Amino acid sequence: MHKILLIINREYFSRVKKKSFLLVTFLVPMLFIGMYVAIFFLTKQSYEDTHTIVHVIDEEGSISDQLKSNKHIAYSFSNTGLQEQINSLKDGAKNTNLLIIPADFYTSRKIELLSAGKPNISTQNEVRSQLREIIRNEQYRKMGLDIDRIRNINDNIQIAAKEITETGDAKDSHTEVAMGIAMGLCFLIYLSLVLFGTQVMRGVIEEKSNRIVEVVISSVKPFQLMMGKIIGIGMVGITQFVLWIMLSLALMTVFSTALFNDKEVAQQAMGRNMDELPNEQAATGSTDFDWMAALDSVNFTELTICFFVFFLGGYLLYSALFAAVGSAVDSETEAGQFTMPITMPLLIPYVLSFGVLINDPHGSIATWLSMIPFTSPVAMLVRIPFGVPTWQIVLSASLLIGGFVLTTWFAARIYRVGILMYGKKASLKELVKWFNYKR
Amino acid sequence: MLDIRHIVKQYSGHRALDDVSLQVPQGSIFGLLGPNGAGKTSLIRIINQITAPDSGEIYFDGELLQPKHIERIGYLPEERGLYKKMKIGEQMLYLAQLKGLSKSDAAQRIRKWFEKLQIESWWDKKVEDLSKGMQQKVQFVATVVHEPDLIILDEPFSGFDPVNAQVIQEEILELNKKGATIIYSTHRMESVEELCDYIALINKSKKVLDGPVRAIKRSYQNQMYVIECKEPGGLVLNFMETSLFEVVEENRTTENYEVTIRINQNNSLNDILLYLIPKIEINQVREVIPSMHDIFIDQVTTPSNKTIHHA
Repeated sequence: MHKILLIINREYFSRVKKKSFLLVTFLVPMLFIGMYVAIFFLTKQSYEDTHTIVHVIDEEGSISDQLKSNKHIAYSFSNTGLQEQINSLKDGAKNTNLLIIPADFYTSRKIELLSAGKPNISTQNEVRSQLREIIRNEQYRKMGLDIDRIRNINDNIQIAAKEITETGDAKDSHTEVAMGIAMGLCFLIYLSLVLFGTQVMRGVIEEKSNRIVEVVISSVKPFQLMMGKIIGIGMVGITQFVLWIMLSLALMTVFSTALFNDKEVAQQAMGRNMDELPNEQAATGSTDFDWMAALDSVNFTELTICFFVFFLGGYLLYSALFAAVGSAVDSETEAGQFTMPITMPLLIPYVLSFGVLINDPHGSIATWLSMIPFTSPVAMLVRIPFGVPTWQIVLSASLLIGGFVLTTWFAARIYRVGILMYGKKASLKELVKWFNYKR
Repeated sequence: MLDIRHIVKQYSGHRALDDVSLQVPQGSIFGLLGPNGAGKTSLIRIINQITAPDSGEIYFDGELLQPKHIERIGYLPEERGLYKKMKIGEQMLYLAQLKGLSKSDAAQRIRKWFEKLQIESWWDKKVEDLSKGMQQKVQFVATVVHEPDLIILDEPFSGFDPVNAQVIQEEILELNKKGATIIYSTHRMESVEELCDYIALINKSKKVLDGPVRAIKRSYQNQMYVIECKEPGGLVLNFMETSLFEVVEENRTTENYEVTIRINQNNSLNDILLYLIPKIEINQVREVIPSMHDIFIDQVTTPSNKTIHHA
């Protein structure tokens, strides 16, 4: 037992002390936060860029009075001829447009918007929404309706979607948030399982190709060496996650307090520029969508615990297989043909998660995949944000533990023979033979 | 020290060891010889408990071999290496601790060895910065640092230049003098005669020969002598009509005439000399002692009709 601790110790510290570990640990959250910040500043920038000048030629006559300049758009009215306007547009500034409103505007509902470059979508939207309102007001007036009274109709509805929890309480349900978190978790666990599994495989291949393995296993059992490596690298993974979580939380707090003060930018970043939307649309949308409440509805403690449980289970299961592959080959290039079949069961739920699993997290496919040990780490984590009965989580976790005991036993039998075989091309037949060796 | 009894190791398709029995005496340097693929490494791995035999057992100091004995064995495998990115000192500490030494104890002993071999300055170097010969030196230290009672060296001199090979050979002899039993596995015969007290020869999974080196050699001396004399002038031994001996080989130089003879049974060297002295002028007579190399070649190349040869 004491010796396996020595091995774990070496595997752990030789990796944690590496510069690349520190780099990845600190850079990844920085990168995420950096992206977050960059998006904010870019949206802010483009928000300021959208200020446009629109020259209007109003052939109808009554429209130009109703167009209102605002922060995004400035209308200018001139009576010069069409051709002159077009010419001046050619050498004009970037954000200059020419709006031509025909005489039969109210009936044809056609306008022309000319610009030097490609017309800006937000300018088009702005112009469109203003003109739609003009038409609408005109129609209301023709019908003899009081425009102001119509304006004051509030048909805004808030849906309080609640789900009944196991304890029978109604809980706020936020499907969009659950989806987002499910995708994030699925991506994170898939990536980390493959990443750390590959590290185990590399470690085994390194020991084999360095020829140190026989020196070591004359002191310890091959099983101890394999498990020591797996546990050591697993601890590196957990260390990394814990550091990431802590760093991200810290950085998030700093940046979000600094950034969310600029409310308008925040709104723009979330794609909800309310005053640009016509009333009807704005009303049906999630005007009052409460992000904080939505995030509160997610049980982060449960998620974190489940993530660590399924990461560990899945990691132990897969890294044992990766270790067996590493022992069977002489170089990393040779390993390709064996890693493909073992990562397949991981890839399937990952790919499915974007469709089937997310849309029907409690369907039979999702439920089965979240029970089978090979697919459960990914599939279960996709389901958990949608709320999974505790007994299912416990059953799945137990099956996963059973699964990794089985794969570890299986892998160890191949490993102990494989690490001492040099220059022998491992075929599947050969692996079966190794598996059957007595010791 | 080691009593190996009827070891059989079967791999699917072929038998690596077929009923091999050996006794390695306490304090000896025991040469384990055999061509490539004979089963030497399989046997060594079984002694190191890396693999287990299908049948047969091994006694270590009178006790059935068991995991606790691992700390009393030092093993230098033929396929050996070190972690390339790890500092030498840390690496030595790690390997020594795996052999059951405490950290402080290990550090102290490693320092002592490094001083002895004048490699103290390597402590903080990485393996990838050392030449192959230097790595071998470090590896040797790793094998013996826990002062094992039994040291198993598989081709220990490969990768060494003659100077360093000499240094290591002296260290091996010194360890042996201090009481360690050494199993030396090789297919290079020259060093065997210098080093080994006992040998065992394994060929095609079977032990074909074992015993003390001197006894084996004696058993291979088959009454052959080289007689060097003045040019007999016309009369050649070959044409002597006698039943005392037969000529195996003749060799004529400008001044000397050398002939190798095998004495026929029931005659002694004295009988031959009595017969020859009147006829030729003898300068020198010497017995032909077969080298281990000759014995090895003889055993390995002759068809397997030979029975186990006990000296």
